[in-house]
Amino acid sequence: MALLEVKNLHVEFTTYGGIVHAVRGVDFSVDEGETLAIVGESGCGKSVTVQSIMGLIPMPPGRITQGTAHLRGHDIIQSKIIDGKDIRGNFVGMIFQDPMSSLNPTMTIGAQIAEPLEVHRGQSHRDAMRRATELLDMVQIPEAAKRARQYPFEFSGGMLQRSMIAMAIACEPLVLIADEPSTALDVTIQAQILDLVKSIQKETGMAIILITHDLGVVARLADTVSVMYAGEVMEAGSVDDVFYRSAHPYTLGLKEAMPTNQTGRSRQLKPIDGSPPDLFSPPTGCSYAARCPHTMEVCLENNPNAFPMQDGHQAKCWLHHEECDVVAEELHQA
Amino acid sequence: MTAPLLKTQNLTKHFKLGANALVQAVDDISLEIAPREILGLVGESGSGKSTFGKTVIGLHEKTSGTVTFNGEEMPDTYQAADFQRFADKMQMIFQDPYSSLNPRMTVGEIIGEGLFLHSDLKRSEVNDQVAEWLRKVGLNADHMSRYPHEFSGGQRQRIGIARALILNPEFVVCDEPISALDVSVQAQVVNLLGELKDSMGLTLLFIAHDLSMVRYVSDRIAVMYLGSMIEIGRSDDVFFDPQHPYTQLLIGSNPEPDPNHERTRTSVSIPGEIPSPVNIPPGCRFASRCPKVMDVCREQTPSLIPLVDIGDDHHVACHLFDARLQRELQK
Repeated sequence: MALLEVKNLHVEFTTYGGIVHAVRGVDFSVDEGETLAIVGESGCGKSVTVQSIMGLIPMPPGRITQGTAHLRGHDIIQSKIIDGKDIRGNFVGMIFQDPMSSLNPTMTIGAQIAEPLEVHRGQSHRDAMRRATELLDMVQIPEAAKRARQYPFEFSGGMLQRSMIAMAIACEPLVLIADEPSTALDVTIQAQILDLVKSIQKETGMAIILITHDLGVVARLADTVSVMYAGEVMEAGSVDDVFYRSAHPYTLGLKEAMPTNQTGRSRQLKPIDGSPPDLFSPPTGCSYAARCPHTMEVCLENNPNAFPMQDGHQAKCWLHHEECDVVAEELHQA
Repeated sequence: MTAPLLKTQNLTKHFKLGANALVQAVDDISLEIAPREILGLVGESGSGKSTFGKTVIGLHEKTSGTVTFNGEEMPDTYQAADFQRFADKMQMIFQDPYSSLNPRMTVGEIIGEGLFLHSDLKRSEVNDQVAEWLRKVGLNADHMSRYPHEFSGGQRQRIGIARALILNPEFVVCDEPISALDVSVQAQVVNLLGELKDSMGLTLLFIAHDLSMVRYVSDRIAVMYLGSMIEIGRSDDVFFDPQHPYTQLLIGSNPEPDPNHERTRTSVSIPGEIPSPVNIPPGCRFASRCPKVMDVCREQTPSLIPLVDIGDDHHVACHLFDARLQRELQK
């Protein structure tokens, strides 16, 4: 059994304009010591997916209409408690995209890191503060003892993100959810943060769910990848399968839209024309059909199920149906 | 080489912060941009790349140095008449397509405003041109009467492009035009810019922090760090054979969408962050983080020197290359 397993998750939001079907049947699972990357463009539902299972979506207007999420076999959608202990901040730590606005500007950094220890572990303030200093040291903030007494405005963006990581791992969580952890950072600082996350994972063996739109970051950190589009997982599998044996036209489109770092280039990038569908009224067929270069009649009418391939690699695309005569290899040349 | 379209000499922009603090946002930058060239300008946040772009087209008043456009030296302080005079020659495309369009104006008003101010076309003629431009940037002529909030990020950036290009400028500063957009949409906008550049013969200063995209777009790349330019050269030379330790770090830090490559790479990340641009100490600005720092780096500011042995037009500001330059000169 996987450490965290999410099955057939559906999330909706009620708005003045109608109901937005933000997440439409998402499955994923992650094991100890493993990094799962959820990739997708803005609005594809990648953040909503994890925030809804963590109970961070205000309900209403949000609503989980279907689906299950199990952490070590416990249903965490029904109850946010395992063995009498809170899940959030304890079994699952989270780091967010914008460290500037995710930290409390009126509390010292040390007190914010100490807080989960006091709340979940019942440690005294003094012990928790001592541990906070150790944690700051662990995330490579120089002069940790002095820094622990400072406020967020005295920190740079990179150091704030380190502090967020320290806070998230304070209670030694089983799962760390990193929602665009390096998007707001410069590329040299991003490299530092990614190295740090990787080394902490090696030490603690926690699972990481990495949410990002950057395929470069995915390639650096992930073991398995789920590619999301319009609230669905279009392709999932090991990082090598998804990058080198991409089986969904959307994954291929994303890869071709990015400049490669190889020498010898053609001037034109291959953009994906059009834009994602309106999730107020998602299409009845495949949600990528309107932008897909391989659209067939069946795609417009029926939404495909995920077709399994080798080693857990799967793609939600009719091209993999046995009656379809386009072979996966031809996809790559198209 | 043909005469440059735009030339900056020792261009400097300092901001005063109270009595004793000086932000040296752009310091002593000299470069030339040839007609129809795309010069990519990269650097981390706080490196002064946007300030440079804005100073070049007169949105910031320069502290010292000169900007020459088409052989004509630009005024030190822009008066209203100067903006009027240069608006149809130099334009800017802004980073954030959400905050750079007036939410109370229709798309037609936004795009057509420049034409109203700089030509004596009648309203119907302006509207015809706006409609044509909407089609050119891949939107629909019916979109003219809509407001910016009705468009997606990529569409808004197209509106920003149409607004900048409708006056038929020669030189356009693109300040991070794609960094707020999704990957699939970035490619659309980059290709659009490329097509328009070819058809209109534009010269672009393309400011961005996404290195692989800059390499893709530009003919040459200039790298800035903390207000000074530390390396400039042909795009592939700078990208595949960076010489300055900072450029090496910057390019080495860029994660590539290739798992095998990422698994086998050696980590290049170095500790430390870009220092504050307030009251910068003398010497090389990268000295505090540089893995190859020498004593001389903390005392003398290196100047841009040509790397004759590597290739034409490749210049680096780093003391590591002083000795090499000496050897070259002796030959």
